Amino acid sequence: MSALLETRGVWQRFGGLIANSDVSISVGRGEIVGLIGPNGAGKSTLFNLIAGVLPPTQGSIRFDGEDVTHMPAAERCQRGIGRTFQVVKSFETMTVIDNVIVGALVRNTVMREARRKAHEVLEFTGLAARADVLASDLVPAEKRRLEVARALATEPKLLLLDEVLTGLTPTEAQTGVALVRKVRDAGITVLMVEHVMEIVMPLVDRAIVLDLGKVLVEGKPADVVRDPKVIKAYLGDRHAVGA
Amino acid sequence: MDKNFAARRRRDLIIAAGLAGLAALAPLFVKDVYVQNILILTLMYAALSQSWNILSGYCGQISLGHALYFGIGAYTTELLFTKFGVLPWFGMLGGGVIAALIAMGLGYPFFRLRGHYFVIATIVIAEIGLLLFQNWEWAGAAMGITIPIRGDSWLKFQFLRTKLPYFYFALALCCLAWFVTWWLEDSKWGFWWRAVKDNPEAAESLGVVVFNSKMGAAAVSAFLVAIGGAFYAQFLAYIDPESVMGFQFSLLMALPAVLGGIGTLWGPVLGAAILIPMTELTRSYIGGSGRGVDLIVYGTLIVLISLALPQGLVSLFSRAKTKGATR
Repeated sequence: MSALLETRGVWQRFGGLIANSDVSISVGRGEIVGLIGPNGAGKSTLFNLIAGVLPPTQGSIRFDGEDVTHMPAAERCQRGIGRTFQVVKSFETMTVIDNVIVGALVRNTVMREARRKAHEVLEFTGLAARADVLASDLVPAEKRRLEVARALATEPKLLLLDEVLTGLTPTEAQTGVALVRKVRDAGITVLMVEHVMEIVMPLVDRAIVLDLGKVLVEGKPADVVRDPKVIKAYLGDRHAVGA
Repeated sequence: MDKNFAARRRRDLIIAAGLAGLAALAPLFVKDVYVQNILILTLMYAALSQSWNILSGYCGQISLGHALYFGIGAYTTELLFTKFGVLPWFGMLGGGVIAALIAMGLGYPFFRLRGHYFVIATIVIAEIGLLLFQNWEWAGAAMGITIPIRGDSWLKFQFLRTKLPYFYFALALCCLAWFVTWWLEDSKWGFWWRAVKDNPEAAESLGVVVFNSKMGAAAVSAFLVAIGGAFYAQFLAYIDPESVMGFQFSLLMALPAVLGGIGTLWGPVLGAAILIPMTELTRSYIGGSGRGVDLIVYGTLIVLISLALPQGLVSLFSRAKTKGATR
């Protein structure tokens, strides 16, 4: 079976800055793939290109057997790409359930159905008790969870998680990890950007390391963390020699 | 939870029906023409503000140029009537459709603008519209159009001896605008609009086509406002650019919603019920020579509201409840 998501020779330039250069990655169905790399490696840019916030300067993106390189974000969502935002973007004046209904409306045109779906997703993500609270009243960890819930309500084939586990307490992070596993078990492919190595590495099936806009290393998490190139990118030359 | 939600919506509908019923009985007790006049204007501005609220409150695209659509409704109706003998009822619908098309035509370039830039664009466009009509000879230019009086008739929608038909039409329009809002509130469009207002980028990522949502809101909003303009023209029996397209109309559509609660179902009605009688009264008692006292009153009210109750007066009703729910 072909990959669910594939980028081929993707470049993104912002003026003189090259955020992504010749990035070719693929994500298979049912995988959890971690996209990691030091700050400024181009992870978020790549995410935005896949989600359709902007088209790449060069290269192509295929999703589920279709070229989506120039497809707008809303349409990609309809095709099955769901995403969360690194800086949470809740609909602050709306209640939690209403936030999720917006997502659910992609596949449910009847309001009653959308509402039922939204409740289902809140149950799944452990937010059911907060359904009628305004999104602005949620604590940060709950807001992260709402991002995931909203994206799940669109019934994606591929879920893009942008640092959903960053900045959480260890307990919160562990519940987050459990949720990601649950999502995968529900048959959804996950591509996640993450900073906290010790949390991501046990979770993902495969890790892709970006550095300076390029794919540096790709492989099993255990191999990736030992790779001298990765250690060099994160910690600098001296440590790489030691490894 | 779903039951609560359905119950709340049913309750809104029942309250609205009750209020409309009470309002319909008002003429039995109010015989004074001056007071009837105030009631008619209050209902009309409630309807206009409710329509404005669809684009600016729910969808978050603040327009201070809705006077344009109001004027287009008025002019379409009267031009069709005086030049071609088309009945005002058809003119009204025609005006609504033209206003909706113009709103979408303007939305095409302007919905790319955000925040203040969008507001400024709406003001400028409405002023351009006003200038065009002031100089358009065929449409009466600055002299305007006097509607020929051919006696009381529902067919021609003009009445000299009584104001009651205007009252009932204004009430019907107010009910229509309210009901459209109520219905849209629990629809795909309603959710899309609120999502677009709160965060367009997140909305887009959830499959909301932001641009189309704005266009839809603009069309519905402009259509209803133009119907109001057509009504106002018939009610006055005379129109000129300043009296149906002046900037004050844009303000008077926005203010009741802001006062009552922007982006809420009941805000515009509540705001209009307070603001319009107040302006009419200050105008007749303090006004006269001092045109502008009503503006001072608006200004003061808006400042007070935005300081004390930024969510508008309706938040007085809902605040207690949300507190109970969260804690």
